[in-house]
Amino acid sequence: MIPSIPQPRAFRVTYAVYVAVFFVYLMAPLLVAAAFAFNDSLFPSLPWNGFTLDWFFGDSEPRLGVFHDGALTDSIGISAFVAFWVTLLAVGVGLCNAFLFERRTFPFRDLLYMLMLAPLVIPGVILGISILVFSNSIINAVDGAFGIEFDALRPGLVLVVLGQFAFITTITTLVISARLRKFDLSLEEAALNLGATRMVAVWTVTIPYLKPALIGAGIVAFLMSFENFNTTLMLVGSDAPLTITMYDRLREGSTPVLNAVSLLLMVVSGGLALTSVFVQRDPGGR
Amino acid sequence: MKAGPPFRLGLILLLAPIVLWLSLLVILPHIDMLLISLRVRVAPRVYETSVANYVEFFTEPLYWNTFARTAIMSVTATAMTLLIAFPVSYYIAKMLRGRTKNLLFLLCLIPFWVSELVRTFGWMILLRETGIVSSLLQWAGLIAGPVEFLYNDAAIMIGLVYSSLLFMVVPLVTTLDSLDDSLIEAGYDLGGNGFAVMRAIVIPHAMPGIASGSIVVFMLTLGNYLTPKLLGGKDGLWFTDQIYTQFISRFNWELGSAFGFLLLLLSSIIVWIGLRLTGQTLSASVR
Repeated sequence: MIPSIPQPRAFRVTYAVYVAVFFVYLMAPLLVAAAFAFNDSLFPSLPWNGFTLDWFFGDSEPRLGVFHDGALTDSIGISAFVAFWVTLLAVGVGLCNAFLFERRTFPFRDLLYMLMLAPLVIPGVILGISILVFSNSIINAVDGAFGIEFDALRPGLVLVVLGQFAFITTITTLVISARLRKFDLSLEEAALNLGATRMVAVWTVTIPYLKPALIGAGIVAFLMSFENFNTTLMLVGSDAPLTITMYDRLREGSTPVLNAVSLLLMVVSGGLALTSVFVQRDPGGR
Repeated sequence: MKAGPPFRLGLILLLAPIVLWLSLLVILPHIDMLLISLRVRVAPRVYETSVANYVEFFTEPLYWNTFARTAIMSVTATAMTLLIAFPVSYYIAKMLRGRTKNLLFLLCLIPFWVSELVRTFGWMILLRETGIVSSLLQWAGLIAGPVEFLYNDAAIMIGLVYSSLLFMVVPLVTTLDSLDDSLIEAGYDLGGNGFAVMRAIVIPHAMPGIASGSIVVFMLTLGNYLTPKLLGGKDGLWFTDQIYTQFISRFNWELGSAFGFLLLLLSSIIVWIGLRLTGQTLSASVR
């Protein structure tokens, strides 16, 4: 079944139709979610009542658009805040881990590598509750020993950042390691021969080489954080990130303002995804 | 290049972040969760070590029924994802060339970049009583009145398979791509028909991709919360939802931790079996 081997026409047509149907299945929910952002109706469902931009710019109830819906804009801000810190932490630690696993030998290296992969295998809900349980134990221990209320570890944004960081770091580590593995060490040695210290050599030669991977890892971390739901759900306090706000609205039933948010999310994440593809696609790169 | 520079300080500085990260956010929390699952509250702030939470899980039919249901539906969803994704991956990897191939492959990646919430929302709009599918079928004259397609197990399955496709298509396309066309041609030259070539050449070659894809899909499905919750009905119980209920609604952290641990155990066992059966390792699967 390859083009060089003739197949009955009926088979080829059926196969092509199957693949076409598959892509319809793949795109249908996304197209539908986006399209209803423009429906002039109070519900995201048929019938189609004509085109409107109210769900973006409407400034009064019941036609409150995204940009005037305080709860939604606030939660977008919270999500961006969380994603910013998660990205910073995950890329930083990921970079350290890449140097550790690609450049160093030490006892229990393989064991540590397996443990580093573990967060990928742990369901997000369980990662969330385990961190919730542990932070509560710390609060109780600190309270019992020193009589201090350690409120930063109560469910809230600190825990959300830590919870997302806990599994996103595995992904940034893998992305950065993959590129560091391809680095030609003689370039660094040349810098050392020319009189650079090790730190200067790494900073001026290796880090610029890793830049595409760092940007790519950063974009992936930002998106995964922004769109995370399972871990966040267990650790969230009173400040709700966007996914939590959207989830609450979805269950209540909402106006097409949610479609408008969905469309914005698709545009932004699509743009970032394309950026990461282009940044990482250089001659001789991955 | 494994031989590092001689000084130890650098190594310690590089080890510090990963050790802090893994111990404080992964290992200790899970140990703590295990310990909490092994205790019961006998009076306010007084706890005793006991396996009562696990006993409760096995004696309350609702709990282990939900557990079994989640496991069975996850296995079914994984199998369906594989069956649906394999022909498409084969088409992309072997039947197409050049730009069309890259374009279709990129198209498969798009849903991954879109939030799971948005994808599920899309399916809700499609399947609900006043939704697109119901309206299309009425327009075509196949059904007389509006039909509710949402809130049943089939809807859950559609959503689960949808969310999983990417994680199956990518490893399958990658492994199938590395299969040399001449091997397939040789199979035909030796008198094999399409079925024999598929069974003796293509599928054995794609086995690493099938294994890693299935494992990832199974784990993601098992741990899924949104899809069963939003697309499933009142009976559409999922084990993650039970964990959420125990933790957040009932505030019974002891039982909730036991549930969490059982789910983790189930996931690990099935992943381990999958790796063993196919002779793969976890490190190789994520590379």
